[in-house]
This record gives sequence, C-alpha cells and structure tokens, in this order.
Amino acid sequence: MNDRRKIISGILIFLVLATFPFWYTKGKTATPPALSLDTPEIQKLAEKRCIEPTDYMRASHMELIVSWREAVVREGERLYIASDGRRFAMSLSQNCLRCHSDKERFCDSCHSYAGVKPTCWSCHVVPKEAAP
Amino acid sequence: MKSSRRRFLQVVGLSLVGLGVRPVFGALAGNGSPKFIMSPQGLKGKRWAMVVNPRRCPQECKDCIEACHREHNVPEFGNPKDEIKWIWNEPFKDVFPAQEHPYMEEKLKKRPVIVLCNHCDNPPCVRVCPTKATFKREEDGIVMMDYHRCIGCRFCIAGCPYGARSMNYRDPRPFIKKINPFFPTRTKGVVEKCNFCEERLAQGLLPACVLACQEKALTFGDLKNSQSEVRGLLRTHFTIRRRPELGTHPQVYYIV
Repeated sequence: MNDRRKIISGILIFLVLATFPFWYTKGKTATPPALSLDTPEIQKLAEKRCIEPTDYMRASHMELIVSWREAVVREGERLYIASDGRRFAMSLSQNCLRCHSDKERFCDSCHSYAGVKPTCWSCHVVPKEAAP
Repeated sequence: MKSSRRRFLQVVGLSLVGLGVRPVFGALAGNGSPKFIMSPQGLKGKRWAMVVNPRRCPQECKDCIEACHREHNVPEFGNPKDEIKWIWNEPFKDVFPAQEHPYMEEKLKKRPVIVLCNHCDNPPCVRVCPTKATFKREEDGIVMMDYHRCIGCRFCIAGCPYGARSMNYRDPRPFIKKINPFFPTRTKGVVEKCNFCEERLAQGLLPACVLACQEKALTFGDLKNSQSEVRGLLRTHFTIRRRPELGTHPQVYYIV
C-alpha cells in the first residue's frame, strides 16, 4: 500500500474533473435562444402561420422534414397536404427557407444551443448563399 | 394450472381472432386522405427512355453536357481521376466495344459518342447497393439515387458496366462554377449519376440535355406509349444499345 497517496489523489482529480460541468454551471441558467421570425418575407405575409401549428413544428419539424425527404426522393411525391388542407411543395431550401430566410437566427441559433448538428446544408443550398 | 388440450385450443382460436382487430381499427381510424401527393403538372410515363442520334452531334459540341452540369451542380475538378460524370463523351470503340473490328476506320473508332446512365431495366447498381440508396422507380423505370442513404462504398461503381457512376472523393462545392439553388449539391463520400432529370419531369419539363440540344440529337419519351416520339424513332431507325449481351436491358438507344 505504498501508492495510497497517488491512488487517492488520482481518484480525487478524477472526481473533480468528472463533476466539473455540474458545479461549474451551478446557479447559472443558460439563456434559451430567441428565434428570429423577423424576416422581410414573414413581415410581408398577411397571415403569419407556418404550414402546421407552431407547437407541432417546434417539437416535430425534424420528423416532418424526414418524412418529406422519404416522400420526395423515394416515392416521387412532391406536394404536402397540411392538416388544414393547404398544399405545399416539399422543399427545405425552396419552401421552409423562403419564409425563414434568416437561417443563422432561425435554424442555427436553436441547433447550436441544443448541440445538434444536422447535415442538411452540406448538400442542400441556402438560397442566400448561392446568390452571387 | 391444469389445462386440457380442448381448453388450450380454445384459447389459441380466440387469440387468432384478436389478430383481426387491429386492421379493422386501422380502417376505421384512417381518414383516407393522403398527406403526400405527386405534383399534378408532372410528366407521366410508364417507362422513360432516350434515343441518341450521334450522327447529329457536331464536333466539339458540349451544349447538353454544360446544360446538365449547370442544372445539377456537377463539379469540375479539372482532373480526370476525380471527374464527375452525368452525361459525357466517350470514343465509339469504348461505347460499343463489341462493334469494333480491325478494319474499322480510325476516325470512327475515335468518334465521340454521348453517353449517360442507361437507366437499365435490370440495373446491377441497384442489386449491389447495400443501403438501397440506388433504387429503381417501378412506376417509370428511372434508376434513382437517394444521396442521403449513400455510404460511399462504391459497389455500384464496380457493378455498373457503363462507368456511369462517379464518386465525390473531395468536397465538390468549391468546384461548382455557379450553384443552382434549386438542386442540391453533393458532399464528399457520395456517389452520383444521371437521374434522367427526375426533378424536371416532376415539374412537367423535359430533361435539360434534351432541351439544350439544338441538333435534336437527343429524344426523350415513354416507351410504353406507342405514339411517343421515342417509339417512332425506334420504329423507323436501326438502333443499338450499349453492351446488351450483359442482360442489363439498357434504356438508352443509339441510332447508328
């Protein structure tokens, strides 16, 4: 038991590092991102509502988008009939981003807060970035 | 618990009845209206095909290739090893290797012929794809790619006897001259190929290469429609296909 000191100090260092995120952020609250809906395109709309109710979009937009992807690519179906009967072209860059044209302050602000990294934009083109 | 054979069979029988419950509920619960539909203005065909008349192609003409590359954000790496091919030129002797013979005129051997994905009826690339990223649309015969699913294993490149598939060994974005925002680019590690302008057909437009060709060397249409332009050309001309002996049933026909 000659290494008792080393072992105990090693355990202590490990515990301090492992619990670091908990005590370091104790008492602090991370500010949730404020999503910007203030784009010229949305301001122009007479009735400001998304294709589905806001709560649903907030919670399940990723599932909706994945179901769009499967429908368009694999089934060749390109029109979405919303729950209220309106029809939309199923396109991320041509439909979603037409209104939510400020990608940094809409998609990215929440995704970076939540630590998710969707790979949509490694292929799909942000219309503004493509414009010369 | 004691259970007789009779009792056991009764329980099994009742359980089988239970299996029928879910479909009944499903039929009653579904409101019947589809959430996704095809766009009404899309071109409808049961078997899309192309007829190429290489004799009409002027030397050095690249109209169809450029139109396709603009439309689909095809990168230009400037390096034949990395080249991404959707529609391109190949010397006659390589397009139709079985047709070559020692007395063929040298000029004809080297004559460029437009080639593209043959959208085979029996596509080997589909059979070898482990993720079903490449699949054949049964409704119109287009051999499609789902870039989302492609894992870059390149089995399809090995499987395709026409060299119609290309791998993105590098990020293609910086090598695209002008990005068309209406079509996605690809990313590093993804295979790509001609899609018969599936996205244009859905909008009621003919493929970009067909519209770009001023010599009318490319004709696109539905083989299952006996009145279509392609069927007319196949009736009136002698046509060959690339390497039909392989049994892939290519659907790009060449007037020779």
